[in-house]
Amino acid sequence: MRHALSETWSGLVRNLGITLAVIMTMWVSLSLFGAGLIAAQQVNLFKGEWYDKIEITVYLCTAKLQTGGNCEPGQDATDEQRAQIFTAIQNNPEVEAVYYQTKEQAYQEFLDVFKDSPIKDSLSIEEMQDNYRVKLVDPQEYAGLVSQLQLMRGVQKIQDLHQILDPVFKWLGALQWGTIALSVVLLLAAALQIGTTIRMATFTRGREIGIMRLVGASNFYIMGPFLLESLIAGLVGAVLASGTVIFGVWFIIMRNTGAGDGFRWVGWPQTGIAVGGMVLVAIILSVIPTVISARRYLRV
Amino acid sequence: MIKFEEVSRIYDGQTRAALANINIEIEKGEFVFLVGGSGSGKSTLMKLILREFRPTTGRIYVSGKDVAALPERKIPALRREIGMVSQDFRLLPGKTVFENVAFALQVIGKPRSLIRKVVPETLELVGLADKTGRRPDELSGGEQQRVAVARAFVNHPKILLADEPTGNLDPETSVGIMKLLDRINRSETTVVMATHDWAMVDQMRKRVVELESGHVVRDQARGIYGARA
Repeated sequence: MRHALSETWSGLVRNLGITLAVIMTMWVSLSLFGAGLIAAQQVNLFKGEWYDKIEITVYLCTAKLQTGGNCEPGQDATDEQRAQIFTAIQNNPEVEAVYYQTKEQAYQEFLDVFKDSPIKDSLSIEEMQDNYRVKLVDPQEYAGLVSQLQLMRGVQKIQDLHQILDPVFKWLGALQWGTIALSVVLLLAAALQIGTTIRMATFTRGREIGIMRLVGASNFYIMGPFLLESLIAGLVGAVLASGTVIFGVWFIIMRNTGAGDGFRWVGWPQTGIAVGGMVLVAIILSVIPTVISARRYLRV
Repeated sequence: MIKFEEVSRIYDGQTRAALANINIEIEKGEFVFLVGGSGSGKSTLMKLILREFRPTTGRIYVSGKDVAALPERKIPALRREIGMVSQDFRLLPGKTVFENVAFALQVIGKPRSLIRKVVPETLELVGLADKTGRRPDELSGGEQQRVAVARAFVNHPKILLADEPTGNLDPETSVGIMKLLDRINRSETTVVMATHDWAMVDQMRKRVVELESGHVVRDQARGIYGARA
């Protein structure tokens, strides 16, 4: 163990330039990768529970809400209105499925979603709305149903989640895949740097390694210092990248998004997941090229 | 201790066998000279014992184990039972005599207390007790080869392989190395020595195995360099 540590240290110092290059490449590429992970999670937060299941949400009138739609001010939608709306939805040939959600259920879902946020105290159960969530046979064919329902009494508002979110997702998706693609290119570069470093090291230490093999040093003993060396470089890169991503999330998102805008934004839990992913990738991408090139150049 | 059964070795991309149908058995504690011209297969034979590669066909047993069938992770254990001395000494230039010998024990994880005890004993055996702090470039060729022998022997291997250990040394120095190998052999260590040095072979009167183009052309107890049986 003492040997492994001292050899690792001298290896890091000997190859200081290339070690720094590996660290910097890892830093930038893992930061991009982390940004991609954050973007992916942001998409999921925006999507919420319903995005992939339905297209249209029909909010019904509720006593607490005075505004909009075809509501009698201060009145809940009546049972008769509900029945008519439900029948209209069910009889529409474009509809594949319909789910009914009571305001109690809606409130529970709201509490679950914002359980860690001050937003959860901002609404009461009376401000929630009973609603129908509708899945269409063809998501593009929403106009007929929407115009039909817009005229019905008891309907407060009709919302098409996909129309609101899809333009946002286009940008977030581009961000997500763009950063991940760039990071893959750079991570590949880092892996090649590590491979080359080891190849050079096996030449400069060729005689020593030859003797080690000859007297029966174990593979792990010979490879250990190389492995630790790349692992340290990879992890330093991961720590720097984590710092960058954490700062980015705080600076760009958390600082600018208040409790009141009603959207779910990424926060520390999602950042934690991204950091975990970055560290994992750093470990994998420093160990695998090391083992591959070590097996190639340090063959027994 | 070492047994070759119908061993052939053909190097990649070559048609001629470096070794062809070799059958040799070397007993525990024996001293064997391997003689033959360059390219006769002496080094290939030693590399096969060390399992630097597998034979193309045949079986090789080293202290009872089938070396050809040995999985890669067990090769280090095999090599700990074999000491190897080569023509070019292969010392580490930055390390002292003591450190060079100790290195062989360090890298197989021996404790420091043992190293501090065994290395001086071994250096005493090879006659370098007074030069432990020197570096290889401060030593003569013969002394450097003694360091290499000490390193090969410090773990008390069952087998010592020497590939032309006197090839770079003058005759007088060579005699010293020869005596050293003889002394090691008398401590029950099997010694296999490849050499061109006919005077040495004639003088020692040990078993001689002669190779020519990969074939054993002579295997003679108490032989001399040139004579055919």
